[in-house]
Formats: sequence, structure tokens, C-alpha cells
Amino acid sequence: MDLPITITLMDIRAIVPELTLICVGLIIMLLDLVVKKKDLVALAGIAGTVLALFGTYKLYGVTDTQFVFSNMFVLDGYANFFKVIFYINLILTICISIKYMEIEKSSFGEYYALLLFATSGMMIMASAADLIVLYLGLELMALSTYILTGLMRKQPRSNEAAIKYFFLGAFSSAFLLYGISLTYGMTGTTNIKEIAFAISTLGIADNPIMYLGLIFMIVAFSFKVALAPFHMWAPDVYEGAPTSITAFMSVGPKAAGFAVMGRILMGAFGDMQAQWVTVLIPLAVLTMATGSIIALSQTNIKRMLAYSSIAHAGYILLGIIAGTPEGLTASVNYLMIYTFMNIGAFAIVIMLRSKGFQGENLDDYKGLAKSHPVAAALMLIFMFSLAGIPPTAGFIGKFYVFMELIGSGYTPLAIIAIIFSAISAFFYLRIVVYMYMKDAEQEIVLTQSPTMNIALAVTSVMVLVLGIFPSFLLYFVRYSIMGY
Amino acid sequence: MVPLNWYIILSAVMFSIGMFGFLSRRNLVIMFICLELMLNAVNVSLVAFSHYLQSINGQILVFFVITVAAAEAAIGLAIIIAYYKNNPTIKVDEINILKG
Repeated sequence: MDLPITITLMDIRAIVPELTLICVGLIIMLLDLVVKKKDLVALAGIAGTVLALFGTYKLYGVTDTQFVFSNMFVLDGYANFFKVIFYINLILTICISIKYMEIEKSSFGEYYALLLFATSGMMIMASAADLIVLYLGLELMALSTYILTGLMRKQPRSNEAAIKYFFLGAFSSAFLLYGISLTYGMTGTTNIKEIAFAISTLGIADNPIMYLGLIFMIVAFSFKVALAPFHMWAPDVYEGAPTSITAFMSVGPKAAGFAVMGRILMGAFGDMQAQWVTVLIPLAVLTMATGSIIALSQTNIKRMLAYSSIAHAGYILLGIIAGTPEGLTASVNYLMIYTFMNIGAFAIVIMLRSKGFQGENLDDYKGLAKSHPVAAALMLIFMFSLAGIPPTAGFIGKFYVFMELIGSGYTPLAIIAIIFSAISAFFYLRIVVYMYMKDAEQEIVLTQSPTMNIALAVTSVMVLVLGIFPSFLLYFVRYSIMGY
Repeated sequence: MVPLNWYIILSAVMFSIGMFGFLSRRNLVIMFICLELMLNAVNVSLVAFSHYLQSINGQILVFFVITVAAAEAAIGLAIIIAYYKNNPTIKVDEINILKG
């Protein structure tokens, strides 16, 4: 068989942001050998991300929808918007981790390199137009994240989290592959567009094997974005991993998983919407219930935020269930807002960690408002936003998702979501009560650094600005998804 | 010629054995072998489909799966060794610091 492979300059140009991140990652690993101060390595990472962001910005202007590498890789507004989320996630994570990793005595150069590799994997996922590319991007992201989780290798907690994450992650990859295999067998192609074409022309939307393949893929993505009942790994991994990595992976892999879900379900399996909606609705309800209710009984803030992120995955899923481009817009909008508020909350958690003090118990937040009023006020903003109380951005995110859900005729589901949202307000506000209305049990020392302050300023300002002027972001999202 | 169905059934059986092993065994290394079995079950079905459909994509994916599985093995075993250095056990039931 003759297979001519031609790679044009257009192809290379389209993956410049990914290449930039990978090259900077490799440079960082070399730099790590000669540079003693890891702050410089971290700054190199931020510089590389900004460079890649610039590349995406340049590509954003010239392309509507562009398929490169023999239709394997797609460049469109949808992918580019997700890439922006990943960049923001990466930069904020680097900012909050510099000081923290020193305190944890795990300040390695590889840490920053792996963050860049993981992010490039997510970007490949968001841009995948073929199931092969999707799988490779997913594994690049996942393998890097497994290592990052276990990076504090002297700490049993971190080791254990890495083991749990690795085994369940690899297990879910096998499911993804089996789903891909079945889909490939039925449609004869791995290309997302061609799969959609094959489903409609061959009329196999009702085929049980097709259905099985779809379910296997949904199971795999549910693992990645931690939807109940596939969320079991999340609380343990989030608690055991370095807190900065918890922040990173509560946003990055989740957003990448939803990017892929949106593209696969709406792109490839668009004709099977009736089938996947019936699978996703119970998943969404169960996810919101598990996340909101189990979080009530947590005493460790990282575990609590893990359950909170599970609940948020449920809300984001609602936009996809709505099944319209507007629903997807609401979901993507929510993801962007979620990025800011979640990383902000984790930044405060990291600030409480100082030498010889873990600062992860809810009791440690008692009386924080008296000793550190600014940090307490910021935490208040993030908690209000996560709970969805106006005028913060979290309210806007939830509002649009619920509105689109009702617009698509799923009113009962929206009511269930609002009930769980109200339940979840309890554990967010409990922290606020602890901070403002309880007396401190012990002296708390905050660990501050300039980059941390920048990250906190950016996240808190964005949470407030997006809450008060939501139309700007929404317009941007709508514009990005238009070509999709 | 062996019909396609047989390969698909073989693959499904291998995948199920791997999955059952993963869920029932309590030794990390055995669980790891079961994971590899699941991946190879997928490879069997991909190659069979690829041959049957006369399309090269499936075989390309198989090569990628093998490569990624190798990388995964390296990382997975490294993680297991890192754990073993701190807690000399590879029994899943004893890996239980994190819970709640």
C-alpha cells in the first residue's frame, strides 16, 4: 500500500504553540542541570507559556476552521479557547507553586517541565480531529500528571495518591481504547468527522455495538473528569498530591476531558444524541449529589475542594446535556470561570502551608479574618463564587448553564441542579463562618511570595469582574464556538 | 480464513479477563499485568478490524498503543518502587492512608 505522507509548512505552523511548550519544557530540563535557583526555571516556564499564548493569538486571527496533518489535527475557535484556559491554568499554577515546592522540599526543575508537557498534551486533546491523536494527547497529559502527583516521593501520601491515580487512569485508558476500537470497527475510520458521516450514511445509530463503544468512551472520559460513580480516585489523589498540582489537575485535565467530550459527543456522535443524553443525565445527577453531599462531612480542605470539583463537573456536564451550541457555550464559559475561582481557592490553601505546618484542616481557618484580613477576604470571594452567590463569577457560570438547560427543555434536571447547588453552599459558607465568626485556636503564619500575590490578585479580580461584567467573556466564548 | 467474529470474541474475552483480574487481584504487579492484558485485547481487535476493513488506521493505532504502554509501564513501575521505598508492601488493601 502506498501512503504518501506530506507535511507542509501550514501543518507545522498550526502546531507552533504545542511545539513551543514542548521545546521550552526540554530547555527547562537542560537548564535545571546548571541553574541552582529553581525560580529562574519557573520563570522560563512562564515565559514559554506566554510565547505559546502569543502563538495561539496569532493563529486565532487567521483561521476559521483549519484541518492539518491529513485531517488529524484541527485548529478552530473551540480548540483555541480551550488552549487559552490551559495557558491560564499553567501560568497560575506555576505562580502559586514556586514557594510551595520549596517548602515541600520538592523543588525540581522537572516539575515545571512536566507541567508544560501535561499542558501540551491537553492542547493536543483539544485540537484532536482523529481518535488516534486524541489518545496520544490524553496519554501525554495523563502520564505527566501521574508523575507530578507522586513528585513528593519522600511522602507516603504523595506515593499513594500517585499509585491510585496511575492505576485508575490506566484502567480508564483501556476503556477508551476499547471504545475507539469498537467505533473504528463499526465505522471503518478513526476520524471524528468521518465517524459522524459514517453513522448517518450507514444508519448505525441504533446499533448495539456502536452504543457499547459510545458507553465505553463515556466511561473513560467520566474517569478523567471525575464524574460519579467514576470519581473514587479524585478525593484521595487530590488530598495526597502536592497542593499546587491539585489545583492544576482539578482544572486542566477536567477542562481537557470536557473539550474532548464536547467534540466527540457533539461532533462524532451527533446523530446518537438521544442515546448519550440518556446516559449522561443519571451521571450528572449522581455527580452533583455525590459531590455536594459527601463534601459536607469532610474535615480536610483539599478533600472538600475535591468533592466540590466533582460537583462542578456535574454542573459543567449539564451544558453538554443541553445538546445545543449555546449549551456548550455555557459549559465552556463555566470552565473558564471555574479555572479562576478554583485556582484562587487553592492558592489560599497553599498560603496556609508553612514550614512545619500543614494547614489543611478546616479548623486551621478559624479566626483567619482577625489575623489575616486580606487573605480571609479573598477566600470569602472564592467561596462565594464556588457556591454561586452573586455578584461573583460563579453565579454567572451557573446561571447560564441552568438557563440553557431550561431552554432545551430539561427543567426538572435544572431544578435538581439548583437544589444540589443550594446544599453545596453549606460547606463553602462554613469556611466563611470559621474565618469570620470563630476564634483562632493557634497562630497562623501565611507564606507569601510575589508570584503568589500576583496569582491571587489576578484570580480575585477576574472572579469579581466576570461576575459584574459577564457579557465580555460570554461574547468571546460565543465567537469562538461559532465555527464549531 | 478465520472469520472476524472469532477475533472480536477473543478480544472481548481477553478484555474481560483483564478487567476481572484488575478488579479482583490485590497485588499491584499482577494488577499491572492485567492492565497490559486489557490493552493487548484492544490491540487484537484493532488489528482484526484493520485487516477486515482493509484500512491502515487500526494498525497505526496499535503501534501507538504499544509505545504508550511501554511508557506507561516505565512510569507505573517507577511509582510502585517509589511507594515501596516508603512502605514495603505492594498489597492494595494495605495502601490506605488516604480515606474518608
